[in-house]
Amino acid sequence: MTRWPLLVGTAALLAGLGVLALGLQLSGYDAALALAALVQGSFGSWYVISSATLVRAVPLIVIGLGIAIAFRANALNIGAEGQFYAGAIAATWVGLHLGGWNRLLAIPTVWLAAGTAGVLWIVLPVWLKRRFGVLEVISTLLLNFVAESLVSWAVQGPLQETRRVYPQSDPIAEAARLPLVPGTRLHLGFFLALGLALVVQYIFRRTIWGFDLLATGSGPKAAEVSGGVKVSRVAGFALLWSGLFAGLAGGIEVGGVSYALFQNLSPGYGFSGIAVALLARLEPVAILLTGVVFGALEAGGAAMQRDAGVPSVAVYVVEGVVILVLLLAEAALRRIRSAVVLPEAEAGPA
Amino acid sequence: MSEPVLELVGITKSYGPVHALRGADFMLRAGEVHALLGENGAGKSTLMKVAFGLTRPDGGRMLVRGRSVFPRSPRQARELGIGMVHQHFTGIAALTVAENIALSAGWEVRPARLRAQVGRLMERVRLPLDPAARTGDLSAALKQRLEILKALAGDATVLLLDEPTAVLAPAEAGELLQFIRGLAAAGRSVVLITHRLEEALESADRVTVLRSGRVRLTGAASDQTPASLTAAMLGTALGSATVARRAEIGDRPVRLRCIALDLLREGGHGLAVRDANLSVAAGEILGIAAVEGNGQRELLRALAGIVRPLRGRVECDRPVSFIPEDRTTEALISELDLTRNLVLGVGRTAPWVHGWRLDWDVARQRTEALIREFGIRAPSAGVTAGALSGGNQQKLVVARALERLPRVIVAENPTRGLDVQASRFMWERFRDAAANDVALIVYSTDLDEILTWATRVLVVAQGRVVSLPADSSRAQVGAMMLGEVAESVS
Repeated sequence: MTRWPLLVGTAALLAGLGVLALGLQLSGYDAALALAALVQGSFGSWYVISSATLVRAVPLIVIGLGIAIAFRANALNIGAEGQFYAGAIAATWVGLHLGGWNRLLAIPTVWLAAGTAGVLWIVLPVWLKRRFGVLEVISTLLLNFVAESLVSWAVQGPLQETRRVYPQSDPIAEAARLPLVPGTRLHLGFFLALGLALVVQYIFRRTIWGFDLLATGSGPKAAEVSGGVKVSRVAGFALLWSGLFAGLAGGIEVGGVSYALFQNLSPGYGFSGIAVALLARLEPVAILLTGVVFGALEAGGAAMQRDAGVPSVAVYVVEGVVILVLLLAEAALRRIRSAVVLPEAEAGPA
Repeated sequence: MSEPVLELVGITKSYGPVHALRGADFMLRAGEVHALLGENGAGKSTLMKVAFGLTRPDGGRMLVRGRSVFPRSPRQARELGIGMVHQHFTGIAALTVAENIALSAGWEVRPARLRAQVGRLMERVRLPLDPAARTGDLSAALKQRLEILKALAGDATVLLLDEPTAVLAPAEAGELLQFIRGLAAAGRSVVLITHRLEEALESADRVTVLRSGRVRLTGAASDQTPASLTAAMLGTALGSATVARRAEIGDRPVRLRCIALDLLREGGHGLAVRDANLSVAAGEILGIAAVEGNGQRELLRALAGIVRPLRGRVECDRPVSFIPEDRTTEALISELDLTRNLVLGVGRTAPWVHGWRLDWDVARQRTEALIREFGIRAPSAGVTAGALSGGNQQKLVVARALERLPRVIVAENPTRGLDVQASRFMWERFRDAAANDVALIVYSTDLDEILTWATRVLVVAQGRVVSLPADSSRAQVGAMMLGEVAESVS
C-alpha cells in the first residue's frame, strides 16, 4: 500500500518521458539527443542538480506546501501564480529600499513583505467565499491575470529600472539577496523549503490544526456537527496560509534567483505547484520529492532547448502525462477499493 | 396461485472472508407484496442488489418471468421491468422533482412537455408531488416519494423497496404501505425489505426471512406471528420485553433547560419551533415523539448547541454529546479511520490532546479498547469508518458520545436502520448513562421504542412541545403527534 504511490509515480514519469520521446521523434527532432539533454541538464552533474534542478524545485516546493494546506481543507486555491507575483512585487519593492541593511534583518523583512502580499492577494477570494459563497476556484484563478497585469504595469511604471530601457526593475539591494551554497547557485531558500516541509508535515500529522484541516476537507458536515470545527473559518485560514506560501515563494525567487522583477518571472510555478502537491497526495515530505522531479523537468527542458533545439515547453508534455496517468491510477484504485469495501459495509460480518 | 415473476435460486456471494449470501432462494409472484426480513448483515440488501444488477453473485441462477438472466447493470434491470428504491436519497438536490424524474427515466427536459408527462405519471400511480419543487427542499418522506416515482416512471412491474419506512413517521409509513398494497392490486409485484415485523405481517402476502445469508423461513404472512418471525430472524427466542424503569426524578439536578425557544426552520423561512419550554434532570431519558418535519430536528439541534435560537435560551451543563441522525455524513467521516473518527468527536479535553498536539498512539489505543468494549466488528482501529456496517458505525458513534463523559446526550433517531439487537444494545447504553446521572433527550421515529425506554415522553407537533397526560395510550400519543391536542409544557 505504501509503496504503491511511488511505483505508480515512477511508471507515470516513464510514460511521460516515453510520450515526449515519441512526439519529438514524430515531429522530426532527434529524440535520443533531446532526452539525453533533458537528463544531462537536470541530473547530469552536481552543478546542474544543485544549480538548476534544486533551484527550480524551491518555488515549486514552497507553493506546493501552501497548496497542500488549502487542498487538505478542500479549499481549492488555483491562484498561486498570482500570489507568487504579488509576493515578487512586494519583495522587489522592499528589496530595492534595503541598501545598507544587515542581511540578517533584510532577508526576513523581504520574506515578511512577500508573504504578506501573498495573503493580501487571496483576502478578497476568501471574503467573497465566506460572505457570498463565491467559488474560490474562480476568484483565485481570475486574480492571476490581474497579478500578471500588475507586474507588467509595475515594471513599466513605478518599479522600472532607473535607465528606463527594459521592462524590468533594478536589482534589489545586496543585503536582500539570499546567500548561496559556495560553488553553486543553490540559495538559502532551498533550506527554508526543507524546513517548511518538515514543519507542515508535523502540523498535518500531529496537531489539532492539521486534523481540523483534514476533517474539514474530508467530511465538512461531520466536522461541523460532530467535531465542533468551524469549517468555513478553517477553510478560509487554509486559503490565507496557502497565499502566504505562494507569496513567500515569489519573494524567495526574487531574493535568491532573479534579484529583480520582470514579466514571466514564473514559468507557471503557481500551476505546476498544484500538480506537485497533488502528485504528492498533499503529503509535505513527498512534496519535496515531486517538487524536485518537476524542478528537474524545468531544468532539463531549458537544457533541451539549448542543446537539442527543442522548445523547452515540450517538457510540459511530460508533466501532463504524469498527471493523467496518476489520475487514472487513482480512479482505478478507487474503483478497486469501492468494489472491496462498499459491499462489505452492506453485508457486515455474518 | 399466480406465476413467479422473479426467482433467485441458490445465490451465493462473498466479500473477501465475509459470506453475505450462502445459497439463498427467493421467489416473487405476480401481484404480491413480499416482505424480506432479516437483521443487519443478514444479506437482504445484497440479495436485492443482485436482482437489480448492482452486484454480481458468485453463483446461482436468476429467472425473470421464466427467462434465465442476470442483469449486469441497473439499466439492464430496468429494461427487465425491475425498479429499485434505495434507502438513501439518490437524486440531485439542486434539480426539481420533474427534472429528477426525467433524468432517471431518460425523458427529454422540455418544460411544458415534461410537466405533462410527470403529471400523467403521478396520476397513473396516484402519488402526488409538486413537480416544480426543488428536490433539496423536500422532507425525507417526500424525497422517498420521489424515489418511488422515479422507479415507476420506467414502468417497472417489479419494485424492490429497501427499508422504505425506516425514515417515516407511523402515519406516513401507513400511507406508504397502503400505496404499496395498491401497486400489488394493480398487478405489480413488490419486495419490501423491512425491520418492522408488524409491517410485514400487516402488509405483505408472503414473507421470507434471511439470517446469515440463508433463507430461514418463507411462507404466507397470515401463517406467521411476531414470535415466529423473530425466532427465524434471531435464531434464538428473545427474552421477555424490557420494561422501562421510570426514574424517580425528585430533587435530581436539572441538566438542561430551555426557555421560550423560537427556532427558525432549517431549510428556509418561517418558524420551526415556537415558544418551547422544557427541562431535563440528571438520570432522565426524555423521549421525543414526533412526525417528520414538525420541528423536532431543529429543537434537538438547538438543545445540543448546534444551531442558535432565534429567541429564547438554552441553559445546560457541559459537555453535551450530540448523536445526529445521519451517521455517514454528520456523525462520521467515512474515508477516515476509526481512530480519527473518535478524535473528531471527543473534543479538546480528551487524554490524547496536549495543548495543540495530538498523541495518536493514545487515541489509537483508546479506540481499540472501545472496539472491544462495545463489540464493534472491525479488524483494527485503522479501518475506515465507511467499511463498517451501519450497526457497527452506530456503536462507534455511541461509544464516542459516551467517551466525552457528557452531562447531557441529545440523540436524533439513533436506531435508524439498526436491527433489533443493535437497537437494544444502544438503548441499554443510554440507560446505563442515565443511571450515571446523565440527562438524555432522544428522538426516535419508532414510537414503541420511545414508549419502552424513555422515562418521560414529550410530543413535538407543528412546532409546539406538548406534554403527555399521565397514562396515555399509544393511540393517544399518535393522535397528539398529529397535532390533535395542544398543551404547552412549562
